[in-house]
Amino acid sequence: MSLRRVVVTGLGAITPLGKTVAEFWDGLSRGVSGAAPITRFDASKFKTRFACEVKNYNPDDYFPTKEGRKMDLFTQFAVIASDEAIRDANLEGVNKDRVGVIWGSGIGGLKTFQDECFNFAKGDGTPRYNPFFIPKMIADSSSGNISIKNGFRGPNFVTTSACASSSDAIVAAYNYIRLGMADVAVTGGSEAAITEAGVGGFNALKAMSERNDDPQSGSRPYDKDRDGFVLGEGSGALVIEDYEHAKARGARIYAEIIGGGLSSDAYHITAPDPTGEGVVLVMQNALRDAGISPEEVDYINTHGTSTPLGDGAEIKAIQKVFGEHAYNLNISSTKSMTGHLLGGAGGIEALASILAIQHGIVPPTINHFTDDPELDARLNFTFNEAQKREVTVAMSNTFGFGGHNTSVVFRKLRD
Amino acid sequence: MSEIAEKVKAIIIDKLGVEASEVTTDASFTNDLGADSLDTVELIMEFEKEFNVSIPDDQAENIATVGQAVSYLEEHAK
Repeated sequence: MSLRRVVVTGLGAITPLGKTVAEFWDGLSRGVSGAAPITRFDASKFKTRFACEVKNYNPDDYFPTKEGRKMDLFTQFAVIASDEAIRDANLEGVNKDRVGVIWGSGIGGLKTFQDECFNFAKGDGTPRYNPFFIPKMIADSSSGNISIKNGFRGPNFVTTSACASSSDAIVAAYNYIRLGMADVAVTGGSEAAITEAGVGGFNALKAMSERNDDPQSGSRPYDKDRDGFVLGEGSGALVIEDYEHAKARGARIYAEIIGGGLSSDAYHITAPDPTGEGVVLVMQNALRDAGISPEEVDYINTHGTSTPLGDGAEIKAIQKVFGEHAYNLNISSTKSMTGHLLGGAGGIEALASILAIQHGIVPPTINHFTDDPELDARLNFTFNEAQKREVTVAMSNTFGFGGHNTSVVFRKLRD
Repeated sequence: MSEIAEKVKAIIIDKLGVEASEVTTDASFTNDLGADSLDTVELIMEFEKEFNVSIPDDQAENIATVGQAVSYLEEHAK
């Protein structure tokens, strides 16, 4: 059977850089950091006391109080970003039986879970669990709420693969549409893990930056003095659809999804394989699926979390896959600005890749101070300032604890 | 209105997001105040917490209106 072509027709975002796609892109292209001291809880005793929070967020701006209370923050972000993407795609009149929601979240309702446990532990042993505890906590409450709100009755589920979650959701949605199992899908992902349990847990893994004296320069991928990732929160949403379906209804098309690659490190539950073999494999798989040569890629939005080990392994893998063409690529980690949205990362980074194609601007890797002698200085890491470049093909890489690797390839639409 | 009735009303307004004027003695949680089955369970839990009582499931089933909640709690609250 021949596979259908799949295009992106709607975008939505709520991020540490802004609460709409326009604000998000404005922050990305100006090289703004979303990091600041943590306000969501008292972090004074934590090793890391800063994060990339969604600023000035009040659920009452988006939901009637009663509805907002029934959603964990990660689901609120999911509904807000997908609402923007759905409005942007203008899905009025589309057959809702053929619209799926395939979402990504690495953790689900972490705050809901920890708060219910705290609450039980404070009591006398009498179980007083809230009836909304489970439906708020489960990761798929995000895709469930999006479909309930909009009446979308197509395929509906959530993918969980840590920091690759929303890229896996995008690839799954892409596959369902190209196989003809749905015509339209709302996809992307969200996360809200800036809680005591989230920050404490990642600190225990020694995975996060502890640069508390200068939060805004904490996330510094590829800098010699990088010391870990900065936790972010929020959501990036896409409406994707069958190309013929989009054309027939006269939809505005941002870009085409031309390939998705998946692989696994099969190495360690948290550490990246220093040889980068799994990462080589995932990019090769994505290029093969896209049916393009490495030389056709202009921009790679890297996983680049600002950890000492991970950043180097990904760059070595890029050099292995792209050879001499690696020097022609623009490479950037937008996590230098947004922080790491974990299961939401693939969503906002898909947006960054698509917006780079749309605007002809590559968003930068900010916070570059000192070259890392381990990294090839001839590569173009798009340090500190956005660069103008006609981007025809962009690749978005995300990798997750568990050894999950996912690459998605977007291309400017051509007939 | 008794102190218990005042507290019951406040809990209902908060949890169901309704106006005070809607919370009449005869108002049914599900038919008049927009509660679904989970909302009703949450209301019963809040009453238990606020009034330090334990409401058995078979009795909770008979608490469907504002008035029924108030009379049950006036009888059982410690």
